[in-house]
This record gives sequence, structure tokens and C-alpha cells, in this order.
Amino acid sequence: MLVEEIMSESVITLNPTNSIEEALELLNKHKIRHIPVVSENNQVIGILSDRDIRDAAPSILEETHNQQILLHEISSIMTTPVITVHPLDFIEDIATIFYEHEIACVPVTKNNQLIGMVTEKDLLYRLIQLTGIHEQSSQIEVKVPNKVGILPHVTKVISDRNTNISSVFIYPYQDSYHEKIIVLRIQTMNPMPLIDELKQHGYEVIWPNIPGLSK
Amino acid sequence: MMNQATFVYTEDFKKYKFRDDHPFNQKRVELTFDLLKSMNALNDDQILAPRKATDEEIKLVHDKAYVDAVKRASVNELPEEEGLEFGIGTEDTPIFDHMHDAAAQLVGGTLTAVDSVLNGDFKHALNFGGGLHHGFRRKASGFCIYNDAAIAIKYIRQQYNYKVLYVDTDAHHGDGVQWIFYDDPNVCTLSIHETGRYLFPGTGNVNERGHNEGYGTSFNIPIDAFTENESFIEVYKETLETIAAYFKPDIIVTQNGADAHVFDPLSHLCCTMEIYEEIPRLAHKIANDYCNGKWVALGGGGYDIWRVVPRAWAQIWAIASQGGAPFSGELPKNWVNKWHEESPVTLPTTWHDRSDIYKPIPRKEEITEKNKILVNKLLQPIRNEQKYMM
Repeated sequence: MLVEEIMSESVITLNPTNSIEEALELLNKHKIRHIPVVSENNQVIGILSDRDIRDAAPSILEETHNQQILLHEISSIMTTPVITVHPLDFIEDIATIFYEHEIACVPVTKNNQLIGMVTEKDLLYRLIQLTGIHEQSSQIEVKVPNKVGILPHVTKVISDRNTNISSVFIYPYQDSYHEKIIVLRIQTMNPMPLIDELKQHGYEVIWPNIPGLSK
Repeated sequence: MMNQATFVYTEDFKKYKFRDDHPFNQKRVELTFDLLKSMNALNDDQILAPRKATDEEIKLVHDKAYVDAVKRASVNELPEEEGLEFGIGTEDTPIFDHMHDAAAQLVGGTLTAVDSVLNGDFKHALNFGGGLHHGFRRKASGFCIYNDAAIAIKYIRQQYNYKVLYVDTDAHHGDGVQWIFYDDPNVCTLSIHETGRYLFPGTGNVNERGHNEGYGTSFNIPIDAFTENESFIEVYKETLETIAAYFKPDIIVTQNGADAHVFDPLSHLCCTMEIYEEIPRLAHKIANDYCNGKWVALGGGGYDIWRVVPRAWAQIWAIASQGGAPFSGELPKNWVNKWHEESPVTLPTTWHDRSDIYKPIPRKEEITEKNKILVNKLLQPIRNEQKYMM
């Protein structure tokens, strides 16, 4: 999946000469946490986060707020240079950037022009979509040997029962190289016959499990 | 004079049958009816024969295109591809002959129950043929074709300007009803269900609170798998009492899916018959306290049709018809004798379950604590508001 598929295109921006007060108003009004700062020709030259502003703003504990601070230009407190991404980057790349640089937002640029933004929230939303939870379904987790041909075999058991699969995840079982967990969201309210069949094929269905039950 | 309670029943409920080996089996309504009959707890003047719902009534909730598709499927004239778009012809809701008529009969049963309460013939009305809470506007799902509960609520809203409280104690999230009334501030939905982490349909989180004007009138408690009686009842009482006091309904509609029992093959909850006494007991009290008794009780899930559902649903009748006292002691011997040969499992002989029908759950304390945290999270906005008002 590409950045251009998940970025928001209507971006609120400021110029470097805008005041901190104006930035604060925009953050509150639009309930956002980042504002890219652009030059006259729409190049990203800085980024302003709610933390930058909070660091600059007078303490609420001080008796007389020094309102003068709010009149400073944002160029004095914005972060620069800015990490940007390209619309054709993969969203996994953004996840890596967020993780490594401990940031929560990147502007998207093309030909050196700002064309969009992606936030941590956009990324999380996609992640939730990937789990298939937004469609009515049941989830089962199957422990399988890590070898060729297992996934099609498992999914065939499901498709033979005329049951649609909403999503599939595969992750390693603990630290083992030899085993994997396949997490499936399937569109049925009654996964029991399927679970029985997977067990008959020798797979371990690790959830839903029934610990200590004489069911 | 207004009578206490009515039981809506017809053998035709059994015509809602997908396949012989399908878990949704309306024989459970017959077994419940027969259990009550065999102990003379149900008189003929308490039984109502249901009408069939009209197309207009069904379309209070469902799209015309969907109803047409169900009708065509009924006579085997629906192409497979088109059916799948409407959720028809899947493993959960396969096509069967006359499926429209069978589904419309269940809806009619629920509307008959609603009519008898709205026009004052009875205080409480029960239709265990209904409670098909997964049906969507234009999609069949989770064994449900038409969503009789949602149709009934629309019908109530159309006939009277009543505020409706819908309480769903099925082990699965009451998603169909929730989404249909998600932006309606006059319909409050409360669903207590096993977490959707693994169980169908997956939704029903605490943060699903409604939309736009309806924000704050959708309530969900996704309890942990392996929750037992004590925690279930605690969660149920605290949420229902608080929400009823906050919303002040004019009528309540309860969906009484009986699949939270440890014997149920589809869920992972570990409750026993005790919850099926407490659920109707409090529903009955809420109906009397807030709604002049107006209470419509529906069926729902319930896939152990021999050991669980008949007893669970008979207790609702006990409480609705006798003003609050559940049955106890031995089950009528003639009922057990009549059915034990047909039953693939050993039938119970008493109303209550023994405590050793399942092994102790290792993480009981953690599960109870987790459920309690959920309740606090769910009720926080109501409590904040109350604090502010004081």
C-alpha cells in the first residue's frame, strides 16, 4: 500500500512569519497536533508540533503570563529540517520512520511541493483495517509448521466450506523458526465445524481454546 | 382488564430452518412451549397466534432490493453472485424454500407481541421465535434474515413516541440493531456479549457509543471469554440499572439469546442457569419501575437447544407471568420422558445447574477485574454527568 492511498490531501499550513498565537489557534480549532510550515512557493521548510508550542508558551503556573511570547514568529520555534516522504513510498516505510525518529507525522512532498500529510492515526486506522475487524467475522488462530504449501491448504479447508475470509495475518510463533501462527478472520458465526476439520488435518488451533472445560 | 403476560407461539416458527445440521434450530421454541405446557404454566388464553409481517413492515428497516432478493431466493430465482452481495447463500444463511415467508413469520410474531403490549392487552409479551439481531438493512448474516427486533423498534417509534430501551444479553454483539439505531437518540441499545476479539461479529467495543444525535445512547460491554455467573450478573445489573435510570425508557425490548451458557457450542462464556433467572428478573423490575410494565421479550441465539434454551426461556415466562418468581426444583418428568430419546445429550432434570458441570476457570479473578474495569469505563460519562448535575 502506498503513501498516496492513505495521506490526507487537505493540509492546513502556515508561513514562517505567522505568529505562535496564530499557530495555537489553528491547532485548537482543527484539533490537530502538527502544522507544516511552507514557503511562498509551497516548499516545506519546517514543521510545528503542539509540543514545540507548549515548550515556547508561558507556564500556566506563572502569575503574569508573558503574552509577548505568543507574538513571536513561528520560524523561531519550528523544527527544521523536516523529514518528508514521497507519495509512492510504502506505508511500511512510514511506520519505520515513526518508530526510528519517534515522531508522529510526516508531510508528503512531490517535486519539492507539499501535497499531503500522514499521521500516526492514519497509519493505525489502516492497521485496524488490515485485521479485518470492520467486517462481521470470527477470528481463529492456527499454529502451523513453517513450510511451503501450508497456507493454501488451510485456506482451502475454509473455502471448501463456502466461507469467505476477511483477512489473514501470519506471524512467528514465539521465537521459533519452525512454526508460525496464522490468524484468520472468517465470515461465519459458526467456526466450530471448521476448527474441528483443521484439527483433523493435524493443525493446532490455539484459539479459541477451552481451558479446563468439560465441554 | 390488563393481563400479565402473553406467549406468542406457532409451530410455523420451525419453518425457519436453513438445513438439518444448521446450528440455528427453532425446535427450541417448541421445546420451551412444551415444557411450560407440561407443567400447566401456560393457559390457552395466554397464548397468541402470530400474524405474518407485511412487506411494508419489513421495509421499515430493510431495503426493497434486499427484500426482493430474499423473495427471489425463496423460489430459487436468485443468482448466486447476487445472493452473496446480500449475504444470502452463505454458510451461515443458506437459501431454503420459502425463506421469505418463514422469516416474515418470525417478524410477525414479534410485531404481534409488540401490538399486544402497545394496545394494553398485556403488560409483557414474549416471542421466542424472534430476536434475530444480526440482520442488516441489506444483508443477511449470522443466521438472521430479517431483523425483527429492529423492525419492532421502528414500529413502536412509528406508532407511539415511546423511548425504547433495547437490552441484548446474547453472547454475540447485537450489531444489527445497534447500527440501525446508531444515530437515534430515542432508541438506547445495551449489548452485553463476549468480546469480539475472537467471536463473531467482532464489534461491540465500549467506544461504540453512537453517532451524531444518537451519541451516548449506544452501550456495549464486551466481557471476557470464560466469564462466569457472578461477574456476568454484576456487569448486567450495574449497567442496566444505571442506563435505565439515565435514559428513562417508556418501553423495553429484550433480546434473550441463551448462548452464554457453558454448554453452548458457539461461545466461550461459562455461565449457568443462574443468569437466566437474573436477566428476566431485573428486566421485569425495570419494565415495572420505568415503563408501566411495558416489556417485549424476544429470543435470539442459543445453540444447545436441549439442555439450555428451554429452561432459560421458560424462566422468562415464569417471571413475566407470575410477577417475579422463577421456577425451581425438578423439571416436569413428563417433559423429560417425552424428549429424552430424541435428544442427543442427556437432558437435565432440575431447573438449576450443578456447580460441577465445568472445571474451575484458572483466571477467574483477572476476568472479573477486567469486566469491572469495562463497566466503569462504559458508565463513566453517565457518572460524570450526574456528578456535574449535583
